[in-house]
Amino acid sequence: MKQRHKLTKWLVVLVALHGIVAAAGFFAPYDPTEQDRERPYLPPMHVHLMDAQGHLHLRPFFYPFRLREGSFDQYEEDTAQIVPIKFFERGTRYHLLGFIPSRLHLIGTASTRIYLLGSDAYGRDQLSRILYGGQVSLLAGLLGAGVTLLLGALIGMAAGYYGGWRDELLMRIAELFLALPWLYLLFALRAFLPLAVSPLEAFLLVVVVIGMVGWARPARLVRGVVLSVKERDFVRAARGFGASDFYLLRRHILPETASVLLTQAAILVPQFVLAEMTLSFLGLGVPEPMSSWGNLLATLQQYNVLVSYWWMYLPALAIVPFFLGYLSLATALQERTSPYKMEEKTSWNLS
Amino acid sequence: MRKDRLPLRRRRFALSLLLACAAIISLAANAVPHPQQPNAKEELLALPGEIGHSGGRLVVSLRSEPKTLNPLTAADTPSREVIGTMQADLVHINRATQLTEPSLAKSWKISADGLQYTLTLRQGLRFSDGHPLDADDVLFTFRVYLDESVHATQRDQLIVGGKPITVRKLDAQTLVFQFARPDGVEERLFDGLAILPRHLLEKPYQEGKLGQLWTTSTPPNEWAGLGPFRLKEYVAGQKLVLERNPYYWKTDANGNRLPYLDELDFLFVPSADAQVLRFQSSETDIITRLGAENFSVLSRQQRNYTMADAGPSLEYNFLFFNLNDLGDKSSADLARKQKWFRDVKFRQAVSAAIDRDAIVRLVYQGRGAALWGPVTPGNRRWVNAAIPHTPHSLDRARILLKEAGFSFSTGPNGESTLVDSEGKPVEFTILTSSSNSDRTKMATLIQDDLKQLGMHAQVVPLEFRSLIDRVTQTKEYDACLLGLASFDADPTADLNVWLSSGGTHLWNPSQSHPATPWEAEIDRLMEQQLVTPGYDQRKKLYDRVQEILAENQPMIFLASPDILLGAKNSIANFRPAVLEPYVLWNVEQLYFRSGAENASR
Repeated sequence: MKQRHKLTKWLVVLVALHGIVAAAGFFAPYDPTEQDRERPYLPPMHVHLMDAQGHLHLRPFFYPFRLREGSFDQYEEDTAQIVPIKFFERGTRYHLLGFIPSRLHLIGTASTRIYLLGSDAYGRDQLSRILYGGQVSLLAGLLGAGVTLLLGALIGMAAGYYGGWRDELLMRIAELFLALPWLYLLFALRAFLPLAVSPLEAFLLVVVVIGMVGWARPARLVRGVVLSVKERDFVRAARGFGASDFYLLRRHILPETASVLLTQAAILVPQFVLAEMTLSFLGLGVPEPMSSWGNLLATLQQYNVLVSYWWMYLPALAIVPFFLGYLSLATALQERTSPYKMEEKTSWNLS
Repeated sequence: MRKDRLPLRRRRFALSLLLACAAIISLAANAVPHPQQPNAKEELLALPGEIGHSGGRLVVSLRSEPKTLNPLTAADTPSREVIGTMQADLVHINRATQLTEPSLAKSWKISADGLQYTLTLRQGLRFSDGHPLDADDVLFTFRVYLDESVHATQRDQLIVGGKPITVRKLDAQTLVFQFARPDGVEERLFDGLAILPRHLLEKPYQEGKLGQLWTTSTPPNEWAGLGPFRLKEYVAGQKLVLERNPYYWKTDANGNRLPYLDELDFLFVPSADAQVLRFQSSETDIITRLGAENFSVLSRQQRNYTMADAGPSLEYNFLFFNLNDLGDKSSADLARKQKWFRDVKFRQAVSAAIDRDAIVRLVYQGRGAALWGPVTPGNRRWVNAAIPHTPHSLDRARILLKEAGFSFSTGPNGESTLVDSEGKPVEFTILTSSSNSDRTKMATLIQDDLKQLGMHAQVVPLEFRSLIDRVTQTKEYDACLLGLASFDADPTADLNVWLSSGGTHLWNPSQSHPATPWEAEIDRLMEQQLVTPGYDQRKKLYDRVQEILAENQPMIFLASPDILLGAKNSIANFRPAVLEPYVLWNVEQLYFRSGAENASR
């Protein structure tokens, strides 16, 4: 009972997190590509309730930042002007979930732009870029995991069920895939593609590549499960009654691999989000001006950004709750589906 | 960051160094004994400036290892920088004043017809191994430079009017250079042409091994030069150590023999960020070629060093479109785009839409200059101040585009798209070098500027070599953002860029006939300034070239970064210049103020 509770808890957390990213248009105050050339590298603004004179305000507000005289990136708060933060404000046009046109934003201001998480080298809002970037990174992770699991399940089942030379061949290919230097192959692949890759093509490329890379491990796991399941009595009985291979695989063997596949999914999604970040970090992901967590972090390759602007690290923090959610989900799934583990746990509790 | 400039005129591939060892062994057997007694009074050159004191070791970082110490084959920046401190030329350009001054030649005379240069050498000078210098060394040097089989990088410069310069010796100190036609560059020609030691190089030259000689691993006793420093030690992958040349021919105002420093070390530090860290931790004494971002990081944490902004460099960054005539090879897509690119109004509109001030502010943090022509404000003598600084104006850009037959169509989300006369949307890609973050940033800003005009530009960062290959060889690209840095302030330095037959005439390189009337006019003006003596006349011609370029915008000039550098507070006579080498040009005069700090290292 307790396990089930834990599982739902983490599922709810993950759905909420994904919901925020999916509805980035609503939660992000601005268009992620909109530049504000007067405000490069603006530090995160402070939200106040108390003003400089000590008066309490009901509505949160902030003081706009002013560039210090003769400086490029040193700002100071201008306490002469109070800019109240408005909720459910109409702002730039966007499409919710990609198709519902809307102009409603969670927060907004009437005059000066608000930068809750600071701005980047072009004065683009870092909060909006992290939220929109999450769409790319998470979708790449989810789709990539889907492709991987599909390939892994198919190949693993074929190898485990048919055995013999087919098993040998598929498993040797899997080993080959595990041993390939993927990063270099990717660079080579990119060199063959046409020069101008549109953001969508770049995204698809990232997903396909991520998906193609990882199938070997789940395939081996699935093969192991299939190998043991196909010798079980109920499978032998079904075969004795004349069931076809396809029927056996679909009806009796596939359901047995479900727990392995689910746990794998929960582990693979965050891994693939990380893979997308690596690819974008190296310039193989979505192109500017689109953002993804990987290319947001790529700016940290520069020493001066590293030492001068701490808020550029924030995209790295954004993935932490997602990782925590997915990995806890994986643990909960494993505990729930593995009877062996359950026994171990209860016996430990009893002693 | 700046390693990926295009090498300009002196671009030549270094010869193979495989036979180096063999050459060195054969040399060692024939080492010349050093004459002990000076046979004439030395004519030394006294330099004005702060009087220093001897001693100390200066440590400088280089972005990469110098490929060679051989002036004949050196094409890369690190090699040239190192060789610059080890060799000397007949006439030298003072990097601070940008004017010529006597060097190994104490005086020169140009005949009235501009065809004959008579140079007089200083008397009693010696190479760093003690061997005396005389006119035969100069004769030998120019014979080597002009010998086709040597493939010297300097050869191109010495072919004037299609004929090589001839040199003859009048007496032991006097030489006559004969030109086929007057050369507008005049005595600046001799700058950077190192005078080579005949006593060491004649034998290898006759054996045809000169190209493989003088690698970084050459033993110091097989090497000799006339520069302030001489070879001491080379540690592969780490550093090159030079020591004071005891026979150097310059003194300070008090008559003390220069250089002041005992030792000059070049550390090989591969990345700009690593160079900053080395400088911060006091492992190096000077840092040059700094980007604006690292400059501001260093300025903020200033402790025992001073940062200096020497003003706009000679580097100019620009956007250019593919104007090559590709004939049948061209794809239909590119041919359609080239129709826009060829329209001068289109190029002018793009130029008007670009916010150059934003580029200077956001890319160079204000430490740079916006450009409307190829000559930067740093090149004080040659810049045409009359070129209009057309302000950033989207309205003007829209008018120009409408005049050129483009129109705007409004999309479903209210965003406007620029369409050409056939109703096709205006979309193109901009190539930039992925290793240069400054230019990638510029491209991102331009992309946003052009979006305001309804143009969809996509930025494609490419590895530098494949980018150059696309621009100069396959010519499969739409637009490209690059930068060039002239190595000298004189217009002749960029001859290859402006002549339509030039290999660096980037928008349409190596043409057999000028493709447009204005390119023909630039060709004519550039050829004319080559043979016109006198600065005023040449300036007029070059001003016109700058005007034509600004009007026709084959390159849309963007911005020029400042020369940013830093040095320890203890270094005196530190006078950075905008010409290469930015700091080490007066390395013989640099000295450490307090001996204590240096000794503690």
